[in-house]
Amino acid sequence: MKKRSLVSIDDFTKDEIIRILDRAGEFEKQPVRKLLEGKVIATLFFEPSTRTRLSFESAISRLGGKIVGFADSSISSVTKGETLHDTIRMVNSYSDLIVIRHPFEGSARYASEIATVPVINAGDGANQHPTQTLLDLYSIRKTQGTLDNLNVFMVGDLKYGRTVHSLMMAMSWWNATFNFISPEELRMPDEFKLYLENAGLKYYEHLDFSDIISKADIIYMTRVQKERFSDPIEYEKVKNVYVLKNSMLGNTRPNMRILHPLPRVNEISTDVDSNPKAYYFEQALNGVFTRQAILCNLLEIN
Amino acid sequence: MKEAKQMSVSAIQKGTVIDHVPARNLFKVIQILGLDHIENQITFGTNLESKKLGRKAIIKIADRFFEDADINRIALVAPDAKLNIIRDYEVVEKRVVEVPDIIIGIAKCMNPKCITNFEHVTTRFRVVSKKNVALKCHYCEKITNQENLQII
Repeated sequence: MKKRSLVSIDDFTKDEIIRILDRAGEFEKQPVRKLLEGKVIATLFFEPSTRTRLSFESAISRLGGKIVGFADSSISSVTKGETLHDTIRMVNSYSDLIVIRHPFEGSARYASEIATVPVINAGDGANQHPTQTLLDLYSIRKTQGTLDNLNVFMVGDLKYGRTVHSLMMAMSWWNATFNFISPEELRMPDEFKLYLENAGLKYYEHLDFSDIISKADIIYMTRVQKERFSDPIEYEKVKNVYVLKNSMLGNTRPNMRILHPLPRVNEISTDVDSNPKAYYFEQALNGVFTRQAILCNLLEIN
Repeated sequence: MKEAKQMSVSAIQKGTVIDHVPARNLFKVIQILGLDHIENQITFGTNLESKKLGRKAIIKIADRFFEDADINRIALVAPDAKLNIIRDYEVVEKRVVEVPDIIIGIAKCMNPKCITNFEHVTTRFRVVSKKNVALKCHYCEKITNQENLQII
């Protein structure tokens, strides 16, 4: 039996993604099932990420699995100078599956080559965060009833945001149309636009919110971070331009939903929260069901 | 008086001549092929005049023949290199190098946050463009292009 890992979103085929989303739907109906009874899952968080870690640990707990690991590398052997290689070798013999979050890009791929148990990438620097992408897909399919032919708006930091890159790649497999709204400095990189052009998909770039959002099925918001700007004056100029307010949602489609990978700072004003089109908190809950489905899929538990 | 054509680097009886190596990359080629670790007789010349490259280097390795897969490893630093296979002082075969599809353990990933720059990991790239060489890191998935290419 060849073990499977989930490091990048394209490690899974379109069919496998659909199977995971279907499975996640079953967990949503009945989240507590003892399918991981007797299994030990390692959660290695070499950098803190409370949200992702709690979501994984909740998913594992609801499946009856036990957790070993650490939440921050400052309390682990890493501070003693142990290499990632040695940490993975050691943990590999203690666990049935490894969840890893690490600040260096490519670390999860490397870990998956060292480990003999499946590895799930819970974020490797600015590179990949595939479980986030799968929960985004689950949220999109659940709110729209389909993944096909949707008009997806991505807003904010499109240059460094790994979640938007992975989601864009995945949605391109379902013939999406894309609208990118971002400051000049944080535009979608050329390599991704080239990818869309080669795939024959339409995309439009905007520097500002406008009536165009009335055409959206999904608005995917991201944080515009100050440290991304070489010139602080540029940040001051744009920081309030990419804020979504309730008053802007009047002409939007009834099926439109607002997603955000969270944590939010000020890019969605709190007056949006009570609008039925706000979906970001439900989206976070969907992460638990999706991660339950991913864990069972990689451990080949039916 | 007619000028005699003189060889800058003496001929070998049999072996491999690697010609049209950019002079600045001579030692990289030596390193990639591991020529600094073999016992064979090796002669080389560098900063020789070349119409094509400006300044070229040439390496002659006695009694040694290379597999394509080995020799293609130098394509990153010497894309125009020509190989002459010598037997009995005669060129019996000419070969050119070709950029391979996968590059293992030669190039350095330009991404400072890539795991390969922190731990002892053999680098691995998929060649996404052969003309203007662009390498996609198997680990961090970032592109290293010709301008940023560094040989380990």
